[in-house]
Amino acid sequence: MLELRNVSFQVDEEGKEKEIVRDISLTVPERKLIVVTGPNGGGKSTLARLISGIEKPTGGRIFFGGEDITEKSVTERSRMGIAYAFQQPVRFKGIRVLDLVRIAAGKTVSVGEACEYLAAVGLCARDYVNREVNASLSGGELKRIEIATVLARHAKLSVFDEPEAGIDLWSFRNLIDVFRNMREAIADSSILVISHQERILNIADEIIVIRDGRVDRQGSREEIYPSLEADSAEPEACERLIQAMGEKEGDA
Amino acid sequence: MDEIQRRLLLEVADLHEVPEGAYNIRANSQSAGRRSTANIEITSKTEVSGLEIRIRPGTRNESVHIPVVMTESGLKEVVYNDFYVGEGADVVIVAGCGIDNCGNQDSQHDGIHRFFVGPGAKIRYVEKHYGSGDGKGKRILNPVTEVYMERNSTMEMEMVQIKGVDDTIRTTKAVLDAGAKLVVRERLMTHGVQQAVSTYNVELNGEGSSADVVSRSVARDQSFQKFDAKVIGRAPCSGHTECDSIIMDQGRILAVPGLEADHVDASLFHEAAIGKIAGEQLMKLMTLGLTEAEAEEQIINGFLR
Ligand SMILES: Nc1ncnc2c1ncn2[C@@H]1O[C@H](COP(=O)(O)OP(=O)(O)OP(=O)(O)O)[C@@H](O)[C@H]1O
Ligand SMILES: [Mg+2]
Repeated sequence: MLELRNVSFQVDEEGKEKEIVRDISLTVPERKLIVVTGPNGGGKSTLARLISGIEKPTGGRIFFGGEDITEKSVTERSRMGIAYAFQQPVRFKGIRVLDLVRIAAGKTVSVGEACEYLAAVGLCARDYVNREVNASLSGGELKRIEIATVLARHAKLSVFDEPEAGIDLWSFRNLIDVFRNMREAIADSSILVISHQERILNIADEIIVIRDGRVDRQGSREEIYPSLEADSAEPEACERLIQAMGEKEGDA
Repeated sequence: MDEIQRRLLLEVADLHEVPEGAYNIRANSQSAGRRSTANIEITSKTEVSGLEIRIRPGTRNESVHIPVVMTESGLKEVVYNDFYVGEGADVVIVAGCGIDNCGNQDSQHDGIHRFFVGPGAKIRYVEKHYGSGDGKGKRILNPVTEVYMERNSTMEMEMVQIKGVDDTIRTTKAVLDAGAKLVVRERLMTHGVQQAVSTYNVELNGEGSSADVVSRSVARDQSFQKFDAKVIGRAPCSGHTECDSIIMDQGRILAVPGLEADHVDASLFHEAAIGKIAGEQLMKLMTLGLTEAEAEEQIINGFLR
């Protein structure tokens, strides 16, 4: 379905080249739910932005359904069947939730149909369809609307960037059902979820760990999941520094 | 009335036919229809061109429509309309001007509206401006609105100019007595080399008076807009002005905030934000399948809604 071949992405930061994604190759097979995880700042969102076309790779190629889409625009990729729920959803003055669902669906959906997408993410649709997608929505509400718009696209490849972020624990259980249902109904499509959440990792067919802009490891859930636990036991660089300083103080 | 005039009427007053309630339709400087009701009396001024509209105290759930349409090129007019709104009345007033200019001479309508709002009266005022026609002649509208608000009266003004007016200087003046409340929502879009200046002077003279003036605007192409809002607080009062603007192409916007507090309990507040459409907004809509141009249109339509 989706294939990244040696994809790199670097930016110019105060004259210095900074490599955010380094030579990543990976495949998202058809009819699979892939979860991408890894430490903050590892390059996961950048990867999602490269897939959706918001960023253009500085090296490598991206294929979708066998076609090279590296040079294709965001609009073209979207129309080919790539949908992307942002980690930080965008707010719009004056655009209503209903408008956004309609744009996403790409056809005139009735208010009733729009409400079904909202209900799926646990929003009482009646209260929300006519709300503006502006600063008056809470972070969690906005995040759910973002997910609903991606559901409305019925895309071949749906990418969700930390869908659990900002969503309360109670609703989160229902959100898992959304993904589980999507996974079950996965006909000729695939799902890529960026997440740190155990429950989401639990429904993955495959897990990819991204660290420092590289694929640290990837494989089936059974293979990768146990090793994630081991990771968290290992102290992070800063923690090691703090420990080292503590020892020094102890010396004095 | 001809087809073009009908179309203009639809644009500025959402009117398909003769409205309910009181109305006066002015077409090419002539009255094309008028009706007074038991509570709302419309008469012509004698010295100058214009109307006197008297609304009886306590009138409720009634409306007055006074649209103006111009389709002759080269027409220039100044019209004085005075509204006397009786105590406790609660009415909707719909004004608006549509100019279609296919000729080479400028067409200009300067409407001077004065509102004398009685104690406790409540008005909703809607004014739309619209221009069309591909002649070289300009379409010019210079509205002056003066609002004198007595104790505890409320005025909500919605002013919209989205399309086709080449030059506009809009002057709004309001004087508020104790407990009076003014709310203004202005929406403005300019194209081409259009120029629009909107000036407000709001005097909060009475205790507990308040004003909230919000302008949302879009300047495209080489157009220019100036938003100049002054609020003077002379009593314990609250005033807020806001200019929220999108610039595109080579459009330019100048926002001039003016706050004057002459009383220690006056609380005045101004906000202004001018910038182009946020890249993330465009990107989001493009990931939903829109082209960049379609995304822009959606964002602007929403913004000016
Ligand atoms: N346009 C850019 N310019 C400079 N630095 C950038 C740019 N985009 C991303 N970065 C940096 O690249 C790194 C990876 O960012 P990215 O958002 O992809 O991380 P992430 O894995 O999604 O992290 P998180 O788990 O916190 O969401 C970060 O250090 C970030 O600051
Ligand atoms: Mg991220």
